[in-house]
Amino acid sequence: MNIIVLVKQVPETSNVKMDPETGTMIREGLETIINPLDLYAIEAALRLKEQHGGKVTAISMGPPAAMKALRETMAMGVDEAALVSDRKFGGADTWATSYTLGQAIKEMGEFDIIMAGERATDGDTGQVGPGLGAWLNLPVVSYVAHIKEVTKDSITCDRLMEEGYQVVKAPFPVVITTVKEIAEPRLPTLRGNKRARQTEIPVYSTENMTVDVGSLGLKGSPTKVVKIETPKVTRSGTLLKANSEETIESAVDQLIEWLKERELV
Amino acid sequence: MSYVWTLGEQFEGKLRGVSFELLARGKKLAEELDTKVCSLILGHNISDEDLEELIQRGADEVYFVDDPRLADFQNETYSNVISDLINQYHPHIVLAAATTIGRVVMPYVAIKVNTGLTADCTQLEIQPETKLLLQTRPAIGGNIMATIKTPDHMPQMATVRPKSSRPLDKDPSRSGKIQRIVLKDELVDTRAKVIEFRTDDAGFVNIEEADVVVAGGKGLKQAANVKLVEDLAKQLDGVVGASRQAIDRGWLSYPHQVGLSGKTISATLLLTAGISGSIQYLAGIKTCENIVAINNDPEANIFGVSDFGIVGDLFEVLPLLTQKLAQAKK
Ligand SMILES: Cc1cc2nc3c(=O)[nH]c(=O)nc-3n(C[C@H](O)[C@H](O)[C@H](O)COP(=O)(O)OP(=O)(O)OC[C@H]3O[C@@H](n4cnc5c(N)ncnc54)[C@H](O)[C@@H]3O)c2cc1C
Ligand SMILES: Cc1cc2nc3c(=O)[nH]c(=O)nc-3n(C[C@H](O)[C@H](O)[C@H](O)COP(=O)(O)OP(=O)(O)OC[C@H]3O[C@@H](n4cnc5c(N)ncnc54)[C@H](O)[C@@H]3O)c2cc1C
Repeated sequence: MNIIVLVKQVPETSNVKMDPETGTMIREGLETIINPLDLYAIEAALRLKEQHGGKVTAISMGPPAAMKALRETMAMGVDEAALVSDRKFGGADTWATSYTLGQAIKEMGEFDIIMAGERATDGDTGQVGPGLGAWLNLPVVSYVAHIKEVTKDSITCDRLMEEGYQVVKAPFPVVITTVKEIAEPRLPTLRGNKRARQTEIPVYSTENMTVDVGSLGLKGSPTKVVKIETPKVTRSGTLLKANSEETIESAVDQLIEWLKERELV
Repeated sequence: MSYVWTLGEQFEGKLRGVSFELLARGKKLAEELDTKVCSLILGHNISDEDLEELIQRGADEVYFVDDPRLADFQNETYSNVISDLINQYHPHIVLAAATTIGRVVMPYVAIKVNTGLTADCTQLEIQPETKLLLQTRPAIGGNIMATIKTPDHMPQMATVRPKSSRPLDKDPSRSGKIQRIVLKDELVDTRAKVIEFRTDDAGFVNIEEADVVVAGGKGLKQAANVKLVEDLAKQLDGVVGASRQAIDRGWLSYPHQVGLSGKTISATLLLTAGISGSIQYLAGIKTCENIVAINNDPEANIFGVSDFGIVGDLFEVLPLLTQKLAQAKK
């Protein structure tokens, strides 16, 4: 079974500090990491390979520095990796990103499954996986929480929806996007790290893949970001101490009043 | 036709609330553009009453593609049908909900009809000079708001965060056309098949579309204490949410998880207890309207984003609150 995992490198925002004055995020000096939600897709791919044989290939579109994320996936056990990188790819929206990834994947040969994370923690759209499915004209099973059955030519998954789980059976090749429930990601190993350092990672660019130059990067993107604002997220709410019998009682009464005023009860 | 379309959603033949929320958005835009708003529904066995309600809540026209093969959401067939209709009628704007349906089918359709798509918008306006749709959305865990437009492609498409707008009141005096459309066989893609639908536990929750969410975290200390948030949720007609710490300890199942690696909620009232307010948790709650926090640490982050905070022991505050609410009801 050949599995391709899509991996995006994102800024590490989990230890991010907030500017107390403006209530906005301080973005300077952030490290880059593998999109945390991609770890679940990587883990699911590795488990499928362990159970059914085959190969897992990680692919990332980004600047040369995204090599670091690819090497980290190899340290976790991914067999091969490919970087999709070219100045012309910069500033791509999800339309152009999924187009470019699709063209690169066409160069890479046969596969059964493409796995993606649910969302990337920066752009946060969740559109690249389904978009790629459309470019390659493949079925997409999104929000996959459990893999129930795998045969030589199909996969059956639980797809998490608002009301419950939809059980979907799809033939290979298929695009799957995963949620956290699917698997607990493993840590990189020393052996994996060593192999990752020693492996040559190929780069796909406009030099060695077939692309329509008008469909690339910022220029090829139908959506344009016109403005970015950093909203103040702090709210100046009432804060009551409740550390004795009376103060607890009074805090609860005031809360109920407050809820009533807002017609929340 | 320079119409505004909204993609309604149904589950087991009943329209979902987001269908009406989208119409409220669509109607406002259509008025600014001096055009009509149409609701597109794919499904089977939807009652006339439900279709009529779409008109009463803002639709000028309803297109209903009615076929048993559309009863369950199946991405490829749905995409084919929507793309086919877009190519036939050329709407200028297509809005869908940022749900587990809209967030998959819309990016697929966007590629098929060759246009852009803005994700999970919380604000939509028409730019006066250009008449283009300005689509504003939270990104990077809600820490920035990006405004996006699609200047050179049609239609302009966006998914809209559930609960970020209110449905219009029913207006029985409104009238509109309900058009039934026959599913073309060639649009049916049989590759992926929906086998069944199930909820694993009786407590399966739809926290994204709940008005009231009561969430508990590590401060609950053990599984048995989840009952404290459940009891309060019951009093408030709400559902139970949780921080990741409570999920990873096995106290509640994953569909309850709020946050970066869980769900994003926009409740009218969110009450959190024993949750510190990590950046990943906050990413999931930024668009909640009213936030109440109960935590015994006055320095807890969560108080920075709450409208009403109680610094106290949840084991004392929650039962008393539940009890007093119950009394007040009587
Ligand atoms: C503030 C902001 C708002 C934006 N809003 C929009 C918008 O509304 N619409 C739009 O079309 N674009 C938007 N973009 C552009 C978008 O972020 C980029 O196209 C980005 O390259 C991919 O989108 P994402 O981060 O949303 O990824 P998602 O679609 O959220 O990622 C889903 C999965 O796809 C895979 N994946 C994503 N990107 C890559 C990659 N580069 N290489 C390999 N795998 C990948 C990963 O598996 C990931 O888990 C926005 C960008 C910014 C900065
Ligand atoms: C990639 C990534 C993704 C993540 N995704 C998510 C996510 O989706 N959702 C999420 O929630 N987290 C997520 N996390 C984890 C997050 O960083 C925090 O660990 C988590 O949110 C903390 O949960 P908590 O607030 O319940 O626990 P804690 O941070 O331990 O807070 C417990 C709180 O309870 C209070 N408390 C204790 N006892 C009492 C009492 N008797 N009465 C009142 N208050 C009391 C304490 O003062 C404390 O503030 C993610 C982390 C990473 C790295």
